[in-house]
Amino acid sequence: MKMVMAVIKPHKLDDVREALTSVGVAGLTAGEVKGFGRQRGHTEIYRGAEYIVSFVPKVKIEVVVADNQVEAALEAIQKSAQTGQIGDGKIFVYDVASAVRIRTGETGDQAL
Amino acid sequence: MVRATSLALTAGAVSLFAAAPATANEINSGDTAWIIVATALVLFMTLPGLALFYAGLVRAGSVLSVLMQCVMIACVASVLWMVIGYSLAFGDSVGGWIGGLNKMFFDGVGTDSVSGTIPEITFAMFQMTFAIITPALIVGAYPERMKFSAILAFSAAWLLLVYAPVAHWIWGGGWMAELGVRDFAGGIVVHATAGVSALLLAKMLGARKDFPNHLRPPHNPGMTATGAAMLWVGWFGFNGGSQLAADGGAGMAIAVTHISAATAAITWSAIEWMKFGKPSLVGAVTGVIAGLATITPASGFVGPIGALIIGVLAGGVCFYMVGIVKNQFKIDDSLDVFAVHGVGGILGTLLLAPLAATSLGGGGQADGVSMMDQLGVQALCVVVVIVWSLVVSYVIIKVTQGLFGLRVDPEDENTGLDLPSHGERGYEL
Repeated sequence: MKMVMAVIKPHKLDDVREALTSVGVAGLTAGEVKGFGRQRGHTEIYRGAEYIVSFVPKVKIEVVVADNQVEAALEAIQKSAQTGQIGDGKIFVYDVASAVRIRTGETGDQAL
Repeated sequence: MVRATSLALTAGAVSLFAAAPATANEINSGDTAWIIVATALVLFMTLPGLALFYAGLVRAGSVLSVLMQCVMIACVASVLWMVIGYSLAFGDSVGGWIGGLNKMFFDGVGTDSVSGTIPEITFAMFQMTFAIITPALIVGAYPERMKFSAILAFSAAWLLLVYAPVAHWIWGGGWMAELGVRDFAGGIVVHATAGVSALLLAKMLGARKDFPNHLRPPHNPGMTATGAAMLWVGWFGFNGGSQLAADGGAGMAIAVTHISAATAAITWSAIEWMKFGKPSLVGAVTGVIAGLATITPASGFVGPIGALIIGVLAGGVCFYMVGIVKNQFKIDDSLDVFAVHGVGGILGTLLLAPLAATSLGGGGQADGVSMMDQLGVQALCVVVVIVWSLVVSYVIIKVTQGLFGLRVDPEDENTGLDLPSHGERGYEL
């Protein structure tokens, strides 16, 4: 099992969800986060005063998939979250030691 | 038509100055109804208008503290006004300097006593709403860092020692009224007193920790715009009600108030658009408030063309003053009380002399008074009130500092004042 964690543009969340569903991913967790990368921040001007906003709002999604699904999930996210503009985000993949479905107690791939 | 308006305006100005001493006039139900409504409108300016206007401009962690400050200042000012403030401002004059104590606890201000053509209790309550908003305006100078106990002490003392005497001098038949100063709805009494006192308090209190380069942006500009819109509506009662009658003068006061607000907002936005490339909502509504504050003293004396001129100057001058206070004076008058209210109120107080000209649709000068004479009186009274406000505020701030201390703990300032000062949070994040 692998954890696919991606930081994406907030308005791309629905597209990513759709793309992942279409390659057989059964669930994901999303949260609103802030961060910076090459996009850095921006300045906002209120009453003539500049405010530096150094963190950009993003959405972080976490999906755990079976090993044989990883490539498809990566491709789905990469394609659906892409705008071609700076700030599209990043995807990280790491190993998952175990998984348990709380309702039934199923473990491993069965729990996904 | 212009002539009719001028007559009404002149009559209105007289009725305002003559309002304090109860006369044998009969109560007019139309006038009374309008002033009762105007009283509600002016209270609405503070609660929730000004409270929301300010609260949107601070950090998320201090939103409740600003709302709380406005609410409690309103409550304290109301009680003080009934107990002694009204009497100091509108009691029997002691040499033109201060009202006597004969109207403490609204003594004799019952349902039957008359002020002009309205019941005196109606007049006293209408004036109470002015006594509420004036110290509340100063909240914009010290958000996110001042101790709540010090805020209450300062506001209470300021109301009685700065506001009430100046209200007496100008509206209570005091020495400035004798000189013939014109301040229709509070350019001097409200905006100049609050503006310069705010500047001094901000200076003595010191800047917010992150001022000027690492401040967080306003947490909720939508809340600020909501509050500004309420202020705009409420201002119809503030200026229109100051006619103390339901007549053409009140109608014209509302008209010029509205034109000035709209024009100042357009001006402010145009400057931002040219200077920064984008016209902002916060800028537009700040322009609205600048236009409203600036027309306030003039609203019973100028016509629509005068209002247009006042609006343009209010938007332009206040816009640049915001930057001058923060960048040149380096004073963290956080929400620009001086630059918007103080400067606007003073500007309008001076402009009303030339702009009262009948050729601009205004009501003209008072009988036997030249424009230059009027301007001189206006300037003299502005200067005296500025000096009075600064000196007395200085003493109040020093005493408050000695009794309570002015600033919260630095760590509390980092957190935002909601939790440390009031034990609650505006947002569950």
